[in-house]
Amino acid sequence: MNTVVKGLRGFATYIGSLMGADAYQKYLEHFETTAHSGPAMTEREFWRDRMDRQDSNPQGRCC
Amino acid sequence: MGKIPNQAGLAEGLDTTLPEPAVDDEVREAEDRRWTPAKIGLWVAISLLGAVAWFMLALVRGETVNAIWFVFAAVCTYLIGYRFYSKVIERYLLKPDDRRATPAEYKADGKDYVRTDRNVLFGHHFAAIAGAGPLVGPVIAAQMGYLPGTIWIIIGVVLAGAVQDYLVMFFSMRRGGRSLGQMAREELGVIGGTAALVATLLIMIIIVAILALVVVNALGESPWGVFSVGMTIPIALFMGVYLRFIRPGKVMEVSIIGFVLLMAAIIGGGAVAGTEWGAAFFHLDKVTIAWGIIVYGFIAAILPVWLLLAPRDYLSTFMKIGVIVMLAVAIIVVRPEITVPAFSEFASRENGPVFSGALFPFLFVTIACGALSGFHALISSGTTPKLIEKERQTRFIGYGGMLMESFVAIMALVAAISIDRGIYFAMNAPLALTGGTVESAAQWVNSLGLANVNITPDLLAQTAKDVGEESIISRSGGAPTLAVGLAHIMQQFIGGPGMMAFWYHFAIMFEALFILTAVDAGTRVARFMLQDSIGNFVPKFKEASWRPGAWLCTAIMVGAWGAVLLMGVTDPLGGINTLFPLFGIANQLLAAIALAVCLAITAKRGVFKWLWIVAVPLTFAAVVTITASFHKIFSPVPAVGYFANNQAFSKALADGKTEFGTAKTVAAMEAVVRNTMIQGVLSVIFVTLSIIVIVAALLATIKAVRTGGGQDHEDPPVPSKVYAPAGLFPTTAEKTLLAEWNALPAEKRTEKVGHH
Repeated sequence: MNTVVKGLRGFATYIGSLMGADAYQKYLEHFETTAHSGPAMTEREFWRDRMDRQDSNPQGRCC
Repeated sequence: MGKIPNQAGLAEGLDTTLPEPAVDDEVREAEDRRWTPAKIGLWVAISLLGAVAWFMLALVRGETVNAIWFVFAAVCTYLIGYRFYSKVIERYLLKPDDRRATPAEYKADGKDYVRTDRNVLFGHHFAAIAGAGPLVGPVIAAQMGYLPGTIWIIIGVVLAGAVQDYLVMFFSMRRGGRSLGQMAREELGVIGGTAALVATLLIMIIIVAILALVVVNALGESPWGVFSVGMTIPIALFMGVYLRFIRPGKVMEVSIIGFVLLMAAIIGGGAVAGTEWGAAFFHLDKVTIAWGIIVYGFIAAILPVWLLLAPRDYLSTFMKIGVIVMLAVAIIVVRPEITVPAFSEFASRENGPVFSGALFPFLFVTIACGALSGFHALISSGTTPKLIEKERQTRFIGYGGMLMESFVAIMALVAAISIDRGIYFAMNAPLALTGGTVESAAQWVNSLGLANVNITPDLLAQTAKDVGEESIISRSGGAPTLAVGLAHIMQQFIGGPGMMAFWYHFAIMFEALFILTAVDAGTRVARFMLQDSIGNFVPKFKEASWRPGAWLCTAIMVGAWGAVLLMGVTDPLGGINTLFPLFGIANQLLAAIALAVCLAITAKRGVFKWLWIVAVPLTFAAVVTITASFHKIFSPVPAVGYFANNQAFSKALADGKTEFGTAKTVAAMEAVVRNTMIQGVLSVIFVTLSIIVIVAALLATIKAVRTGGGQDHEDPPVPSKVYAPAGLFPTTAEKTLLAEWNALPAEKRTEKVGHH
């Protein structure tokens, strides 16, 4: 039973990272390992910034 | 002249307090070359199963063939291609070096350049390259029987499509994630580079227009479809607001909410279409829907990304993975019997009703996505290379990702040919041939003289009723046929015949979702390309935030594809039937451009002995597309040649005729004259630009071969300080090295590796 739950959880995590749900976490990890003058963006700020940058940097989707 | 950049400096730059960032070359080679009995047994079994499957498909001529053989033939061939051919490309042509940092490491910014777990990136890349294309082309190509399409999809991907994706991804990665256009400019000079840019822009317009045409054909006179697909807009808006203001970053949560709403929209669509007012209000003709998509396309492209595009993208990705897994499981569980012949009566003719032209070259342009798709070069350069963790992973992500798309195309083919052949032709032939009613369509199909085809009007009426549509006659474009096939398979798997209407509209919904996402994103990308190009003359246009410039360029782009879309919708000859070849030609000319750039880069790297790996698919793509273009331009057969048709109709008009061929009025005849002229001119422009690019690439290649190499535009090598295995399953040596890295105290790692 435990392995089933573990497997399902792993799958959910995988789909999550596939969709980019862990982008903020990754940003924080990167932030912690590099030197910065100011504090890190909050989660809300980060997502706002991410979407707004896409406005001027669109990514193609294939046919 | 530097060939492959001198890697000696890398070793000196490596951090000696860290474990090696790469498996030792000799250890890896030894591991690769060690053939244990179990390993030999496995590959013998795969080869035998593949051979049996191909034998069943290609040589056994029974009444029927089981769909499972398509799956085995495809999967076994992919495995062999991946294990052996892509390794040859890796070892002799690309020579990745894991001691070298990828852009995601040396340019890491936590936003665009982020090292991403290889399995996640595989899915991510796959979701970006696979859309409606592989679901549509194989369906249309099924006119010629199942075998030509199957061979081209499976062999084509191994030798051409996956090679292109892999090479472009690798070269872009070595250049910090540069785009195909930038690489073309660098490698081919100003003329070749500019031709590549203009060709890309035009090709994008054609591709967006024809994808939109597929949606229009699927939704025309279908109140259920219009309602459920229309509901995706408010659902996406809601998701956008939710993510922006209510729960930022909760991507999974909002995707699940969106998915539930989407299912509700499909079920609700049936109820709404069942009411009198619903049927009246959502019953729209094709021209109205086309205008709707044009207006929508413009608004979607100027709205902020967070409001519509991003949430739609989440929904689309979510659906894509779900649908493809579901389809694969259903085909394996249901294993439908296929009654379509290997080669149909139309395989040896050039006047098929679904698309005209002979098997060579037109089958090879009708199926582009799934076998060789130039559009992928735009995705494989740019986005994905900025996320790759280690150089060796490009084989898995680039080559492997494309194999996966090819598998989707095979499944779409299987779903489409699992339906009755009579229904197939009644659905896919233009209105002018079928006459639009079940009686006339049945009569026309039976008059074709196809083996084992004897269809009754009742069967056509019943099928339409089963899938919850008023009519299925002349629903061309591939999407509705696939939807009927999918509904046919899925109802045997889940829900029984009562669920057919749901599954049909589920399929229409996801195809429309993929296409509208591609339309949104394509318009935006094209708008930026145009802004950038105009910006070379009027600098103000380069400012992305300058509203008037952005709006003007969006309007130009939407106007361009909108015009082609309207032309297709109103075409008396049946728009998709005449325009789809142009879609395939455009897509594969882009592939030829991408491969030409790769050829020049390869030659400049100095690996002349292995140039054929690029030259073979390039030659094939160039011959196919240039021949197809020449047919379309110079063929004296009106059904094939645009200008021949143009002249035939012009002459009829000059002779004072009021109807000619399938055009029943003078206005329709004038439309044909106009449309064929535009299509012909577009063909001429495409092929001319592509020939310029290919010639520029050949000149660069010859020069490089003569001088023994050429200038290298790769970013300077930076030593890597991280490690991750290359493929899906780590090898023993990779596991050992990974264990060393994992044993490292956290503060010693520059960045945490892979998972968290």
